[in-house]
Amino acid sequence: MNEMLKGRKSQIVTKGHDDVAIACGKASIAGSVSQRACVFCGSRVVLYPIADALHLIHGPVGCAAYTWDIRGSLSSGPQLHRLSFTTDLKEKEVVFGGETRLYNALISLIDQYKPKAAFVYATCIVGVIGDDMEAVCRRVTREKGIDVIPLMSEGFNGTKKDGYKIACAALSKLIGTDQTSVVPEHSINILGDFNLAGELWMLAEYYRRMGVNMVACMTGDGRINDIRKAHKAQLNVVQCSGSMTYLAKDMEDKYGIPFMKVSYFGIEDMSDALYEVARFFKSDEMMQKARELVREELSKLLPALQEYRAKLEGKKAAIYVGGAFKAISLVKALRLLGMKTVVVGSQTGNQDDYNLLKELCDEGTIIVDDSNPNELSEFVKQTGANLFIGGVKERPIAFKLGLGFCDHNHERKEALAGYEGMLNFAKEVHASVCSPVWKFMK
Amino acid sequence: MRNLELGIWNLKLKKNAMIENTPIIKSTPEYTATRNACKLCAPLGASVAFKGIRGCVPIIHGGQGCATYIRRYLISHYKEPVDIASSNFTEESTIFGGGANCLAAIENVISQYQPEVIGMATTCLSETIGDDVKFYIQNFKDLTDRETLPHFISASTPSYQGSHIDGFHEAVASAVKLIAEGGEKGEHLNIFPGFVSPEDLRQIKNILEDFTIPYILLPDYSETLDNPIWDSYHRIPEGGTPIESVRKCGSARASIELGTILNKGSLSGRVKNNALATTAAEYLLESFGVENHRMPLPLGVSNCDHFFETLSQLSGKEIPMKYTKERGRLIDSYVDGHKYVFGKRAVVYGEEDLVVALSAFLNEIGIEVALAASGGESGRLEDEIRKYCPENTSEITVQNGYDYEMIHEWCAENKPDILIGNSKAYYIARELGIPIVRCGFPIHDRIGGQRIKHLGYTGTQELFDQITNMLIASKQDSSAVGYKYM
Repeated sequence: MNEMLKGRKSQIVTKGHDDVAIACGKASIAGSVSQRACVFCGSRVVLYPIADALHLIHGPVGCAAYTWDIRGSLSSGPQLHRLSFTTDLKEKEVVFGGETRLYNALISLIDQYKPKAAFVYATCIVGVIGDDMEAVCRRVTREKGIDVIPLMSEGFNGTKKDGYKIACAALSKLIGTDQTSVVPEHSINILGDFNLAGELWMLAEYYRRMGVNMVACMTGDGRINDIRKAHKAQLNVVQCSGSMTYLAKDMEDKYGIPFMKVSYFGIEDMSDALYEVARFFKSDEMMQKARELVREELSKLLPALQEYRAKLEGKKAAIYVGGAFKAISLVKALRLLGMKTVVVGSQTGNQDDYNLLKELCDEGTIIVDDSNPNELSEFVKQTGANLFIGGVKERPIAFKLGLGFCDHNHERKEALAGYEGMLNFAKEVHASVCSPVWKFMK
Repeated sequence: MRNLELGIWNLKLKKNAMIENTPIIKSTPEYTATRNACKLCAPLGASVAFKGIRGCVPIIHGGQGCATYIRRYLISHYKEPVDIASSNFTEESTIFGGGANCLAAIENVISQYQPEVIGMATTCLSETIGDDVKFYIQNFKDLTDRETLPHFISASTPSYQGSHIDGFHEAVASAVKLIAEGGEKGEHLNIFPGFVSPEDLRQIKNILEDFTIPYILLPDYSETLDNPIWDSYHRIPEGGTPIESVRKCGSARASIELGTILNKGSLSGRVKNNALATTAAEYLLESFGVENHRMPLPLGVSNCDHFFETLSQLSGKEIPMKYTKERGRLIDSYVDGHKYVFGKRAVVYGEEDLVVALSAFLNEIGIEVALAASGGESGRLEDEIRKYCPENTSEITVQNGYDYEMIHEWCAENKPDILIGNSKAYYIARELGIPIVRCGFPIHDRIGGQRIKHLGYTGTQELFDQITNMLIASKQDSSAVGYKYM
């Protein structure tokens, strides 16, 4: 690379060449075009799928406009989460304070939309003008009799990960507030699935076939009343560990609920996610059912995958996604398709994630934390990748350079989790990598 | 376990009987929340304008999220890499000032991109804590060892003042204020196109070239935000208005400024004075005596005629035959299609100047502008619409400061025949079964938003064909038998 930012060197390692541990969890460097967003974004995306809550963004118009209907999270009932509410602060409020506007907005929205609870997100400006959002929320809680939960998620106040933490703390306030409901035996919570393209429905169905019940999903197809009784589950099954481990640990401390980290991408990880739960409940019957389920699904899936594998064998992939845990699953899923990962990185991975990635990947694979377009395009060129897996911001980089792209971000419309998802994944990778259009790029 | 089986069923059928549509809720006078905003924030507009200056890398002076969200929003529309750097505020910079971050951001952008120009846009955060970006830039210049430095343009774009359109014009005006120089009058014209599509910019350039008029188009993101394929990654895409051209704006024969509202509105909630909202062309008139011709976007026969006649008059050249023929074909098609569109009721929404131009066009073909709405709050939309829509003026409902939920309510009650504007009203169209013609910004659910042509006779032609065919299709689809001839 002709000129890489000096401060970035420690966040890039090549397996087989660099023995040092990768640096991560750092704030982005000023002036680098980081693919990360902010604290507010972290909180907003985690809570977004809770469909019967009011989500009000306290700030000028931008933060709400850019996060309107941003995730492909489906709800089987209410659709309130898909509306974008903001106090739309103007200069007047910035000078004289926005508390009255916030109070009025909350009162009128709650009266009219009758949400089960409300989340109020602070944006950068709130932290500066000193609105007492917590006091306003307390007052509205008192007056309206629903939980109005402030999230002090000012954008400058850390990284996206800090936003996850704040969102988890908000969920934690709700959990345990329903003491009366009774949940059946063998009940779990699913943490860190956001029901993109209906993935949660697929996963919950697998668990149901094994005889496992779901109390709450946080937050895919989420409902406030389910979250209130989440403490009654016997186990938390955590995907997207980057965002939800805080909550899992919190519930372990408070309620003694153990948690396990799983991934639903690729058949190995998906199957493990089922077996691990059966093992946890120490039920032979459940394990038997899980095995049958896996056998049944694989007997359909594996022959169907062959066609794609034949065409994708030996192709090279670059991965850059939000969470590192997803990257790990993707490396394995690509392997199942005969593909090799040559670049892998994430916005928010931690040391353990990167160590695991290093173990898993082949020699010469570039591993990177908090990358930017210049680096990513350089890596892709160096390694001759045929496919890029990432989000919207990475798509034009891939396309401009003439390589296939698979959207694995929270805006996707294809279910990629589970067995059915693995087949969709193969189809999508195939449709991009094997398209005839690339011949014109030469 | 709630509706689980139903969930699976839904997934397979892709239709969901259980999905509860959020009720349409009548907004009340004391309502203070914006619901599905029909506008964006100022730094987005400034970033687009900066992208239209050659070799320019925008830096947003604020939190990391601002740059990332804006990039994502623009990328989804333009389907192009859009690099925008951030000075990446932390809690510390918020308390002690963003100077250090600003300087680091400039240094890092220079070392990564070697830009010709750095365009700095401020945010609500940096403006509120009182950061003085011009001072930081001077600081940087004083402290750096670098021998060659980029040009700096800085625009004040707090998101609590106006909308993305104010940010756009503020950035263009800042570029001219900082760079333009006077001098002996040349033959060239300045064209300030406003926030239009890359295809529109190409169209304007073609027209000027066919007229053989020398011109400066500012900004010009016709290439930077609509690139061909690349052999290798371009850190800065090719194209854009060169800085030398911006310098020459002060010695132009005249300026043509497209759009009549621009950033001239009252800027609701603004405490600072309105003098801040000078446009580039106004500045050039005041400072260098460059005469200014302000007119609506050339969309529709009347407004196109105005544009072409002004070009002809300023250059002393005949309108090229090509355009006379385009005009003739457009009017011929108006005749062919007039019955299918007459009396239909349209809702037009989006940026104010586009809403004015679209309304004028619809008005001249006999479509009733039932509602003209914008999230912009200039307070001038109504006057401009009445001015440029001479037919049945009194029947047009005009709304400044509207959001999509207000448009939603209005449509549910008034049942218009067609929606015309950006892709964000799709959910309204879908729920109420009203056809929608997508144009303007953003187009997030289709490809080709950057290639939509709105301007000139051919741009109008494309919109006319689309709108007419959409109305024909909607009648054909709902007919009991369907038919093979119209």
